[in-house]
Amino acid sequence: MSAFTSKFADELIANAAYIGTPGKGILAADESTGTIGKRLASINVENVETNRRALRELLFTAPGALPCLSGVILFEETLYQKSSDGKLFVDILKEGGVLPGIKVDKGTVELAGTNGETTTQGLDGLGERCKKYYEAGARFAKWRAVLKIGENEPSEHSIHENAYGLARYAVICQENGLVPIVEPEILVDGSHDIHKCAAVTERVLAACYKALSDHHVLLEGTLLKPNMVTPGSDSAKVAPEVIAEHTVRALQRTVPAAVPAIVFLSGGQSEEEATKNLNAMNQLKTKKPWSLSFSFGRALQQSTLKTWAGKEENVKAAQEALYVRCKANSEATLGTYKGDAKLGDGAAESLHVKDYKY
Amino acid sequence: MSCFKSKYADELIANAAYIGSPGKGILAADESTGTIGKRFASINVENVELNRRALRELLFTTPGALQYISGIILFEETLYQKTASGKPFVDVMKEAKVLPGIKVDKGTVELAGTNGETTTIGLDGLGDRCKKYYEAGARFAKWRAVLKIGANEPSELAIHENAYGLARYAVICQENGLVPIVEPEILVDGSHDIEKCAYVTERVLAACYKALNDHHAILEGTLLKPNMVTPGSDSKSRAEPKVIAEHTVRALQRTVPAAVPAVVFLSGGQSEEQATVNLNAINQLKGKKPWSLTFSYGRALQQSTLKAWGGKEENVENAQKAFLARAKANSEATTGAYKGDAQLGEGASESLHVKDYKY
Repeated sequence: MSAFTSKFADELIANAAYIGTPGKGILAADESTGTIGKRLASINVENVETNRRALRELLFTAPGALPCLSGVILFEETLYQKSSDGKLFVDILKEGGVLPGIKVDKGTVELAGTNGETTTQGLDGLGERCKKYYEAGARFAKWRAVLKIGENEPSEHSIHENAYGLARYAVICQENGLVPIVEPEILVDGSHDIHKCAAVTERVLAACYKALSDHHVLLEGTLLKPNMVTPGSDSAKVAPEVIAEHTVRALQRTVPAAVPAIVFLSGGQSEEEATKNLNAMNQLKTKKPWSLSFSFGRALQQSTLKTWAGKEENVKAAQEALYVRCKANSEATLGTYKGDAKLGDGAAESLHVKDYKY
Repeated sequence: MSCFKSKYADELIANAAYIGSPGKGILAADESTGTIGKRFASINVENVELNRRALRELLFTTPGALQYISGIILFEETLYQKTASGKPFVDVMKEAKVLPGIKVDKGTVELAGTNGETTTIGLDGLGDRCKKYYEAGARFAKWRAVLKIGANEPSELAIHENAYGLARYAVICQENGLVPIVEPEILVDGSHDIEKCAYVTERVLAACYKALNDHHAILEGTLLKPNMVTPGSDSKSRAEPKVIAEHTVRALQRTVPAAVPAVVFLSGGQSEEQATVNLNAINQLKGKKPWSLTFSYGRALQQSTLKAWGGKEENVENAQKAFLARAKANSEATTGAYKGDAQLGEGASESLHVKDYKY
């Protein structure tokens, strides 16, 4: 086999498969301190440790939410935080049948000589950090590579750099017992049509899987977190069925069947859009040898945040809002979402931020 | 989409899917004049056009056999030949719903600076040749790339050259209405174990699909013809069909996109019976298999037939029975239904391995 032999192989394979369990998906709650600051600012909440802790406690203890989740991605600070009655978040998650995950990249930097294209950093000492995170209870990791569509973008250079960075990160994770989520996000910014997005997505994913093969990654112990295939943010919208068709076809052309699950990012989609699109994919009748699920951040938390607004008396209602979105997305992984989720305040609101950095 | 727009897209997709129909597979009857000469020599038959025509007629008119065949790969000479009663072979095939295919490569040449590694030639004027073949009735093509396993082989150079040659050939075919069979054969020669073969197969296939993506091939309109994953011919270890099946399917799961409609295995040096039993085990395996898994056999479909024929008119009926038996057995193998009960013709268990096989 072209995969290297990791002593964690069986565990990686089991955990990756578990994350793709039908009816479950990932809550991406790994906003860095800077990024969560922007979210908190939007609801007039001070960006201090107690508030960050309070928000995550609200999310992880929301009644009915954890059964809809197979994993939660955390930022490093959160991995070590506890609930107000002193219980470690990782223990709350584990008891709820949810695998803790950890964001391990250190953000993007520009590639010299390109038109604002970037590569992701974080490889230095990554092995040691992964060991530490595994000891703290993490069982999967996430690394976000970013590409954009433009006149001459993404360039072959940026595709190569990002693909090979992802592959190196992936192998280091597997050497240390963490299932790597491979995330090559192609930003939705631009006025291109859905065909252009499809062409770029296929090119980028093909490069990723070649890089993963070159690096001897055990595909059965990885997850893919791609963008859905959609028109650019400045272009006319299309129906969920059209997005589903183009997205699944792109995946059929590039993602080996050995990959157990694909967990979509929501990009700038509203909560309701993201759910409807995922639902349409799971209703499509065609070859789909991987689970198709979610790894949503904004598209799971937007209404919750607005409802909470940082106030203790709003926690119950905010948790209810989270449960509504979790359940809706859980149904979407089975193709049974009827579009009837009680739309929370902001559920239909676009979450697109131009040239999103977080 | 990353693929180019071919005016033949729908037809390519339909034909590729048809070739992978359950219960059917490909007869590889594309031996070049030189290669068929070697076969004839082994049964004391003179290598003249008449005999080459007679052998192919024997195969293509076997009563009841073509229902198990979705495509036949032909050598150029055969594409234009007719039955004794004057019917073009391509018409015989069409009437039996068998797609005619055509070998388009021009053999291998050595790569300078390597230890006997090769690349395949045939790209010059390929577009025009494909057009001609399409007009003559061909609907798919085949190009054989060859790699070997050794201490330092296959080298990155050999993998790259062969993968990109295959991708260029594939797109030229699609531009001209022919479904390309992508064949990156890793020779079975050597003393390596099955794990080594799996490792190399996965590396080679990953390179092929990257090359096909770079060249904008329409994967839904292609077929893959790989080796099964087995121990080397000189290996001390033998592998059970189930083990071959597991390693083979896993290698494909790790590299072959679901968009590819069918994988049509080459038989390499396997005996007729081995090739059938292994294909059967592959189809019995439980696991993700988003492509049909069928056969594209040459020697493994014709060995007993050739021996039974011996070039003699009076043996044609028996020879055809032998061919029918293998065709039916392999058809059953595509659905995992083969019970190992095919009447073994003379030579059916005989290994067909020839060291460092060139054809």
